[in-house]
Amino acid sequence: MAQIIGGLTTSHVPSIGKAIAQGQQQDPYWKPFFDAFHPVHGWLARGRPDVAVVIYNDHGLNNFLDKMPTFAIGAADHYLNADEGWGIPVLKPFKGDPALSWHMIEHLVAHEFDITMCQEVQVDHAFTLPMALMYPGGRDWPIATVPVMINSVQHPLPTPRRCFKLGQEIGKAIASFPADKKIVLLGTGGLSHQLDGTRAGFINKEFDLWCMEKMRHDPEALAELSIHEIIENAGSQGVELLTWITMRAALQAAGQGEVREVHSTYHIPISNTGGAVMLFETSGRAQALAAE
Amino acid sequence: MGFGPAIPGTPIFDGDAAIKGYALNKMCFSFNDKANREAFVADEAAYCERYGLSEAQKKAIASRNVLQLIAAGGNIYYLAKFAGIFGLNVQDIGAQQTGLSIEAFRAKLAQAGR
Repeated sequence: MAQIIGGLTTSHVPSIGKAIAQGQQQDPYWKPFFDAFHPVHGWLARGRPDVAVVIYNDHGLNNFLDKMPTFAIGAADHYLNADEGWGIPVLKPFKGDPALSWHMIEHLVAHEFDITMCQEVQVDHAFTLPMALMYPGGRDWPIATVPVMINSVQHPLPTPRRCFKLGQEIGKAIASFPADKKIVLLGTGGLSHQLDGTRAGFINKEFDLWCMEKMRHDPEALAELSIHEIIENAGSQGVELLTWITMRAALQAAGQGEVREVHSTYHIPISNTGGAVMLFETSGRAQALAAE
Repeated sequence: MGFGPAIPGTPIFDGDAAIKGYALNKMCFSFNDKANREAFVADEAAYCERYGLSEAQKKAIASRNVLQLIAAGGNIYYLAKFAGIFGLNVQDIGAQQTGLSIEAFRAKLAQAGR
């Protein structure tokens, strides 16, 4: 059976792509954020996951308002990045894992999540930049991927409770995948930020730190928030917290032991955003590593 | 149902906005493609016409004013691609919407971390 070894949540602002392209990782502005990935690199090197299930929100590269899926899963053998209009370099194609994608789709629909199934997905910065942060240097990606998209563009958005339940079923689906593969989960976005309106530039450190504390010990508290409460406290694009909630619920529901924090960083600002990174692992994985 | 009480300074892209802004957002979605960005730059008026923008939307595009574009139904994720044509990032458009200089807007962001 597949094993979820852990999960990573991270901010994904497009300017990370520019910072990478221009080699600014050690500039004082960027250093605290990029340095957060040093422990992640070590953890990935020890755990060697085979597949990343990437829970993110598309920003108008793949999805338009003509047909806006609330939840969508890629089921292709590869995914292309593309020009998003701002001159961020286009990254190399990503390998898919269609067998895992279809296993997740079968499980989710059987458990009343009527998600959109996609044979083609153009993956945007919310998918590609976390991968570039995990595996720097521009080499071929050493891992296959499954994209999971959550609508954060068109209201009404799915409720945090609904996303928590989706995450639980994603966790159970992966844990029942009959292949000897190690899986890492990603939730990308956030934390607080607002790009539009006269409140643009709103960042709420206190709320972000509260969310991170709940991610550690009480993720269900995040499911009890409303979309309105998230936007009020984290800004209109702070709703990307939905991807964190989904990832954390999946990690817990996979039933592979206690979920433990390995590392976290919070740094303001990266671009207009409260920059945050959290890495978790399951105790089942920690024991397996100790035995190796 | 619906979103709930308005949050000051915070546009919510709901069904009404989606209806109002469809042509504008569709045009901005097209700017994912470099050839379309070039076609827009070559002849703005003709490009706006091709996508059937309303007069208010054409005016907002001509003004480069983000608050006007949002009032005309624009969604910030698609508008960001329009801003990209002029090399403007989210800090530039944040400064514009809040009436701050770019330096003052950056200082405000940094202040949030203290």
